[in-house]
Amino acid sequence: MVKSKIQILLNPKQIPNPKSKLSRWDFEFGIYLVLLVAFVVLGFTLNCFAQPISSTELINNAKLYDGKTVVYEGEAIGDIMVRGQFAWVNLNDGKNAIGIWLGKDLTTDILYTGSYKAKGDWIEVVGVFNRACAQHGGDLDLHAKSIRKTSPGRQTPERLNLGKRNLVLVLLGILCLVWILRQLKLR
Amino acid sequence: MILKPNLEDIKNIGYYLGKIIIGLGLTMFVPIVIGIAFGEINPTLDFLISIEITLIFGLILTKLCFTEKDLNWMQGMIVVSLAWLVAMVLGAIPLYLSGHYKSFLDTCFETMSGFATTGLTLVQDLDHLSYTHNFWRHLIMFIGGQGIVVVALSFFVKGFSGAFKMYVGEARDERVLPNVVHTARFIWLVSMVYLVLGTLALGLVGILNGMRTINAFFHGACVFMAAFDTGGFTPQSQNILYYHSLPFEVVTIAIMILGAVNFKLHYHIWTGNFKEIFKNIETRTLFITVMLTFFIMAIGLSKLGTYPQAIVLFRKGFYQLISGHTGTGYMTIYARQFINEWGNLALVAITCAMALGGGTCSTTGAIKMLRIGIIYKTLKEDIKRIILPERALVVEKFHHIKDIFLEDKQARSAMLITLAYLSLYGLGAIVGMLFGYPFLDSLFESTSAAANVGLSCGITQTSMPAVLKITYILQMWAGRLEFMSVFTLIGFLVAVVRGK
Repeated sequence: MVKSKIQILLNPKQIPNPKSKLSRWDFEFGIYLVLLVAFVVLGFTLNCFAQPISSTELINNAKLYDGKTVVYEGEAIGDIMVRGQFAWVNLNDGKNAIGIWLGKDLTTDILYTGSYKAKGDWIEVVGVFNRACAQHGGDLDLHAKSIRKTSPGRQTPERLNLGKRNLVLVLLGILCLVWILRQLKLR
Repeated sequence: MILKPNLEDIKNIGYYLGKIIIGLGLTMFVPIVIGIAFGEINPTLDFLISIEITLIFGLILTKLCFTEKDLNWMQGMIVVSLAWLVAMVLGAIPLYLSGHYKSFLDTCFETMSGFATTGLTLVQDLDHLSYTHNFWRHLIMFIGGQGIVVVALSFFVKGFSGAFKMYVGEARDERVLPNVVHTARFIWLVSMVYLVLGTLALGLVGILNGMRTINAFFHGACVFMAAFDTGGFTPQSQNILYYHSLPFEVVTIAIMILGAVNFKLHYHIWTGNFKEIFKNIETRTLFITVMLTFFIMAIGLSKLGTYPQAIVLFRKGFYQLISGHTGTGYMTIYARQFINEWGNLALVAITCAMALGGGTCSTTGAIKMLRIGIIYKTLKEDIKRIILPERALVVEKFHHIKDIFLEDKQARSAMLITLAYLSLYGLGAIVGMLFGYPFLDSLFESTSAAANVGLSCGITQTSMPAVLKITYILQMWAGRLEFMSVFTLIGFLVAVVRGK
């Protein structure tokens, strides 16, 4: 039934009019369907993936995404390595980290990068994915068009683990005892 | 009739094992210095706990087994093989306390991989690991690369004939200098000089790459230790890809090659005998096998069109190949790219490179160049014997520091060790296949573990079966010690059970 309606809608000679047998609802349905199809087709032609894609998906299907604009999200880790007017930022989504090549000016929003003492900013990147980037010696990377901070990072101050401290003291006592006993017996 | 080991055997083994354990405990002071310098409290406590446990264990063992007798060959071999297992367990304690490992088995896998200079890793969330723990991961590669026993020989032994037995047990059958303790100290001298130079070079490249100064030199030291000792750990989860830098790759290639060179050759280079580089059978064989495997790999990659330009193919292909051939395991691609993009031919080429290894008496694992060279010379000699008249005297010689006439004894030894390695690669591959992994993947990962390389095609994960983890641990251990001391330990255990 739906198929026949689509066929009717696609035929220019049968554009619905008030006199035709098709109801107003059918006409609206057709319009929405055409819009939906157009949206999907447009989406594919623009090679854009609106939802963030995981690093595992990108690495395992690198050929599929090669040269396409993708959205990737991850925690900024390590150093922001400035190279002239550009910079490298590595984003880890929890499974793998991927290098992002972006304009130096875009990095100003990144305040924290992940390390032992800090949780890095979570950054969403829209950019072109390269399976083997010719510009960067064949690296699998992402050239950012825009970035957006989705979650701010923070310092993670260290708290003394009392259990570990106590264990150190107990073991120190045992070590001293063993050492003294060893020295006594040696004499 | 098998003789049951007596109490004296066990006391001798226990005493020298205890000494090595104390030595290992003292090396844990180095990460404590790092922990204090970076103000990391809990990681410092982890190492204090580990030092105390290690020293208590070592002191009790040396006390209970106190002896003034020297080691015999069997005891020396067993001390070495046990020392590596005990070091694995004790070295795992601080890493396990970090909370970055899912089980103690995973941590043992990591430490065996470190000590054996393999580089396969099961660490979780490496990018948030403390400087202290990270430094330890790389330091154990440095210690393992020189040889755990060599460390003990250098600093804790004043000279006894049993030293040589342990030295040989650790797969170092060549003495650079007449005295084995002096040889051990020379190995340390070479390593320390290169450590300073390598750290400076990598640190400066890091700064130029835009890294913070402190990070640049920390990474420089860690990457040097792992590259020179052909290990393969890195401070970040992306391995060398983290740096996105050609100069960094070039410097690490140079360090990896230095690490794959025989320490005896280093000695000759240091004393100005540069001609030895071009004459030595090991360097010649290394050059030929690198060229051959690279050629095969390049055909494989270009047929698939994996890389868009020849220069890119060279950069990616040559790096992974040198990394595999020298037994380092540094990667500038992701593990799954080997399987998804490299294709079978390139994968076979890199597996062959891993299986061959670097120089004897170096920090690499695998079959090694001297043995490959000897096998080639033996084959050449046999072919000559067939072709030439029966009365012709066929003599083959090779140059390794000096001219040496090829003897059947050398050929047999080279063949036996090669056969043992090939069996070890095959056994690991069979275990991998038993768990459902494809043949080539299993062979790649098994060869990487047994040859102490560290390249991974993605099998090594925390989710892999525990039996496979244990298989790889045993492969790394046996591969690093080159079998003899492992076989001696097995014989010893059989004698304990069945001896009279």
